Amino acid sequence: MGVEIRVEDLNAWYGTVHTLHDVSLHIPANHVTALIGPSGCGKSTFVRCLNRLHETNPSARAEGTVLMGDIDIYKDASPVEIRRRVGMVFQRPNPFPTMSIYDNVASGLKLNGFRKKRILDEVVERSLKQAALWDEVKDDLKKKSGASLSGGQQQRLCIARALAVDPEVLLMDEPASALDPVSTAKIEDLIFKLKSQYTIVIVTHNMQQAARVAENTGFFLMGKLVEFAATAKIFTNPSDKRTEDYITGRFG
Amino acid sequence: MSPLPIRSRHVERFLTLRRSATNHLVTGLAVISTIVVLVPLIAILGYLIYKGASSLNLAFFTHVPVPVGETGGGMANAIAGSSVILGLASLLGIPLGIGAGVYLAEYARGTWLGAGVRFTADVLNGVPSIVMGLAAYALIVAKQQHFSALAGGVALAIMMVPTVARTTEEMLATVPNPVREAALGLGIPKWRTVLSVSLRTASPGIITGCMLAFARVAGETAPLLFTAFGNQFWNFNVNQPIAALPLQIYIYALSPYDEWHRLAWAGALVLMVLIMVSVTLVRIFANRGVLKGGD
Repeated sequence: MGVEIRVEDLNAWYGTVHTLHDVSLHIPANHVTALIGPSGCGKSTFVRCLNRLHETNPSARAEGTVLMGDIDIYKDASPVEIRRRVGMVFQRPNPFPTMSIYDNVASGLKLNGFRKKRILDEVVERSLKQAALWDEVKDDLKKKSGASLSGGQQQRLCIARALAVDPEVLLMDEPASALDPVSTAKIEDLIFKLKSQYTIVIVTHNMQQAARVAENTGFFLMGKLVEFAATAKIFTNPSDKRTEDYITGRFG
Repeated sequence: MSPLPIRSRHVERFLTLRRSATNHLVTGLAVISTIVVLVPLIAILGYLIYKGASSLNLAFFTHVPVPVGETGGGMANAIAGSSVILGLASLLGIPLGIGAGVYLAEYARGTWLGAGVRFTADVLNGVPSIVMGLAAYALIVAKQQHFSALAGGVALAIMMVPTVARTTEEMLATVPNPVREAALGLGIPKWRTVLSVSLRTASPGIITGCMLAFARVAGETAPLLFTAFGNQFWNFNVNQPIAALPLQIYIYALSPYDEWHRLAWAGALVLMVLIMVSVTLVRIFANRGVLKGGD
């Protein structure tokens, strides 16, 4: 089941560059939340703070409170524990190139020391079915490398890999921006199906995509969260002039 | 961008011919360069076979050297000795080198210590091999008061470390960062990510680096002169002086005897073939079970 996320006064830096300014928002459980905004506005940094991947860059740092359920992820847990509860899908499909399809999906469990073959088999099958990839790959699970699949299949493989560790939150950083329209539609279908089980946060450059998949949408500009509201409201009746300018294509 | 100028068909024809001629010229230069590089290589191998093959017989691979004046004898003990020394060198040098490379690429990016280690490795790479022998002499032979296979192995291992470390670092740098982030994002600890994702992805290049380092030290004579020292008899004790192919070739080639000269040629041929065979074998085994990616 998904979990709600409450962010209070989150700030982030790369070296001396202040990339996120006092971001506060409430991401409801089992909903899809979209984050939009022009390039470099901080939306990717924001999601990378939600699984503490931001701090893997040696010059990066973050401050503030992120409550995932009742756990403050910056105080009560280690980054490794948090990342097991929060799955992430990246902009470009990034399967492990030397691993088979099976090993890619099982990697989160296997590389954390889990070895029971029967359960691994079940998890791999379930995750690939959840990611709508099972029928396309079930005959070459161990024969083919993850990198030998098409771009759209690779991205669904990455989704399956993220789901295999049974997270509560799924972060997607422009998951369809490198894909063709057919693959994009498949990913969007998936998002729709998966939200009953996970809290989904999706960063996107594509405003139609945000409108199609998300219940709530946040608009970022220059490191600040300008507006956060129901998607319908953001796109039809935004309260902030800057939001309106952006969604009507006047800048960005 | 401005559109292409409109030219007459004759001018267009002339330009096409000129481009085609340039293309042939550059291709020709590339082919010539390749030949210039390959000719010495093939010539050396060919000359070795011409001079050495006739002295190769079963005794060469089964017998130890015989005293001057007697015919026959072989380099069996030197082949075995070289294997022992190279085995020791690889056992010590490759793990150390890979460890240093991992540190440089995954933990010390942009740090002062990293820059220092990188610089030291590059300097070490340029140190003459005889100096490496002296280092091993001072470290081990002088302390133990006797020559040994171990000292030879250490001398060659020190020579392998910088090559292995720098190739490992460079190969790890080619692993795309998103692949690392994918692993970290799954809650896989950093050490495990380095071991099972970064190193595994970079392994073909790292293996090539190790093979290059191995092939380079396999033919080294100078570092063995006062470490392994050489031995006319069988020895498998790493604490005793041991024979090595390059040493044996060196001694035989400098001798005034024709019989020994012939054995030196044969030894050189065997050394070269052994290096080529071991490098090829490692490559075949390393490629086994590795799934090939699409792009």
